[in-house]
Amino acid sequence: MRRALAALVAAAALLALPAAAVAADCPRTTLGDIEDEVMCPVCGTPLELATEAPQAQRERDYIQRMIADCRSKDEIKAALVAQFGDSVLALPGDEGDDDVWDALVYVIPGVIIALAAVGILFAATRWRRRPRGASPRPAPEGPAAAELDADIDRYDL
Amino acid sequence: MRRALSPISIGVVLVLAALIALLAYGLSSNEPDRSVEQSLSRGEPKEAPGLELPRLSGTGTGSLADYRGKVVVLNVWASWCKPCRDESPLLQRWHDRMTSRGGTVLGVDVLDVDSDARDFVREFKLTYPQLRDGDGRVLEDYGVIQYPETFVIDRGGRIVAVQRGPVDDNFMRERVAPLLREGA
Repeated sequence: MRRALAALVAAAALLALPAAAVAADCPRTTLGDIEDEVMCPVCGTPLELATEAPQAQRERDYIQRMIADCRSKDEIKAALVAQFGDSVLALPGDEGDDDVWDALVYVIPGVIIALAAVGILFAATRWRRRPRGASPRPAPEGPAAAELDADIDRYDL
Repeated sequence: MRRALSPISIGVVLVLAALIALLAYGLSSNEPDRSVEQSLSRGEPKEAPGLELPRLSGTGTGSLADYRGKVVVLNVWASWCKPCRDESPLLQRWHDRMTSRGGTVLGVDVLDVDSDARDFVREFKLTYPQLRDGDGRVLEDYGVIQYPETFVIDRGGRIVAVQRGPVDDNFMRERVAPLLREGA
């Protein structure tokens, strides 16, 4: 009985070997790994944000079919470009034909951060230079002091 | 006395102005082209923009110029578009009627997976010619913003009617049939 069981286990292992070999060769590509790097061309948003659009669903199905065919991430992105053109690529620089706009994607946030830093530095410098502990007003003297005393007396404080 | 602006203030203002200009450009460049409707409302049909695209079958290219002298019902569709499914049988019926009268339906599959589009053509037994605009750039010239859209082009290559959304039998009778009667 034990021998039969061992033979059965060995046979099962042998059958599983080709499948395991295929799985080992298959790149570990996931839909989640790709859909944040490609666009839904009709929606004009990254695919991961286009949850309801039917075109986005078709695109996901297409990606899933390629994942099932053991295609790598780069191969899948290349296939999407063949279908929809360069504009399907979401990451700046991926398209390769629009260098100025790709550069602006990085430059504009950099400029905004630099401006904010300059503004903070400028404000901090002015704040540090302002005179500390403003001196109290001098007490009135002469006729003004007499007038003030008369006013205070009138109100019976 | 007026205080002079510091160089930093001038710089900040200039950069902000540049950012606002960039934003305005981005918004304006995304505006759909409505020149077809504008021309039609003035009663001056617009010359149909040239169109040269790969055939959906995958063999060679086709262009609008191939149909010069014919009435062309240019239909923009995609396999994922539900109204496109609904109108396809009607377009096929009209194509069958038009062919002997010097007219054709010309399908342009846009922003679609080609295998899905070919399945669609097989499913609805569509026999009219089909082109493929994978990235949708060519149809920017037509101001396509939704699917389906249909442009009726007369024998002189001018757009004489447009339907943003699915066509129905009335549209085809009113806008296409009179052009067919004008003769080849």
